[in-house]
Amino acid sequence: MPTTRIGGRAIDVNDEGFLTEYSQWDENLAPILAGYAGVEDLTDEHWKVLRFLRADYPARKETATLRRVASVGGFDMKELFRLFPGKPAKKMAYIAGLPKPKGCV
Amino acid sequence: MTDTVDTPIIPDFGDSRPAASRPAAEPSSAARTSAKPADFTAPSREDSGPRKICFVASKGNLDTAYPALIMANAALGEGVETHIFFTFWGFDLITERTMDSIKFTMLGNTAMHLPMAPSMPLWAGMGAIPGMTKLTTTMMKKQFDELEIPGVREMLDIIVASGGHLWGCQLSYDMNGLSRSDLYEGVEDIISASDFIELSEGGQIVFT
Repeated sequence: MPTTRIGGRAIDVNDEGFLTEYSQWDENLAPILAGYAGVEDLTDEHWKVLRFLRADYPARKETATLRRVASVGGFDMKELFRLFPGKPAKKMAYIAGLPKPKGCV
Repeated sequence: MTDTVDTPIIPDFGDSRPAASRPAAEPSSAARTSAKPADFTAPSREDSGPRKICFVASKGNLDTAYPALIMANAALGEGVETHIFFTFWGFDLITERTMDSIKFTMLGNTAMHLPMAPSMPLWAGMGAIPGMTKLTTTMMKKQFDELEIPGVREMLDIIVASGGHLWGCQLSYDMNGLSRSDLYEGVEDIISASDFIELSEGGQIVFT
């Protein structure tokens, strides 16, 4: 597993670039990761989703899928596609410093 | 053992940067390219335009209905333009009267075995016993629930909310003697086979 430098810090990532250490992420890192993922401006709406993902992860040890974010987090699916356009599940996981979601649905 | 890389490794989100500047997976893709004949040029995403995928959903059993729905949902999550064309028994998935009671039968399935005991095959003919289809349907739905896989209607709701396009087959619609009010509201239109061939131009077609 490589270590990369993001925001002046050493960060452990997997070969694809997803962060591998839950504790290495903090809210200062998110805007930088968002920039890499093509999400230019993190609004309050983005933060609500990111905080849900961060809170959901520790107990399950698995990143929430898009459907889980919508059904358990109570977010509107269309909104999620608008906030994180293109590949929403991957983008939100990356910005939240979590592994790529594995679930099929 | 640990490599430190100063340039950040960024996952391929498919939309933000041109292929040439993507830092991910360089060694492996270079290795693959060098193994090809010298004149081989792989078409790139930039050459072919954005990806598009069209599923033909032709089956109306519970187990055979899901592949198109699950793959369509996955394709949308990957930012791929996605269409599903419902035809023949697949039309039941977008018909209000039938879509919430899609069933699973053992009959005709030689791969039949108990989910937790794959070494114990079941004779598919047992599916003919009255009540067996109800039982096996309940069992399969329970397994889906445990894995948090939604039912047909909710799968379609998610697909539509994610920007997927649902189309009904004209012939199946006519054969079933239906009107538009009989259909799931997310269906965009009833179209002919020729219309489907036209709209799938430039896309990948997956028959299920």
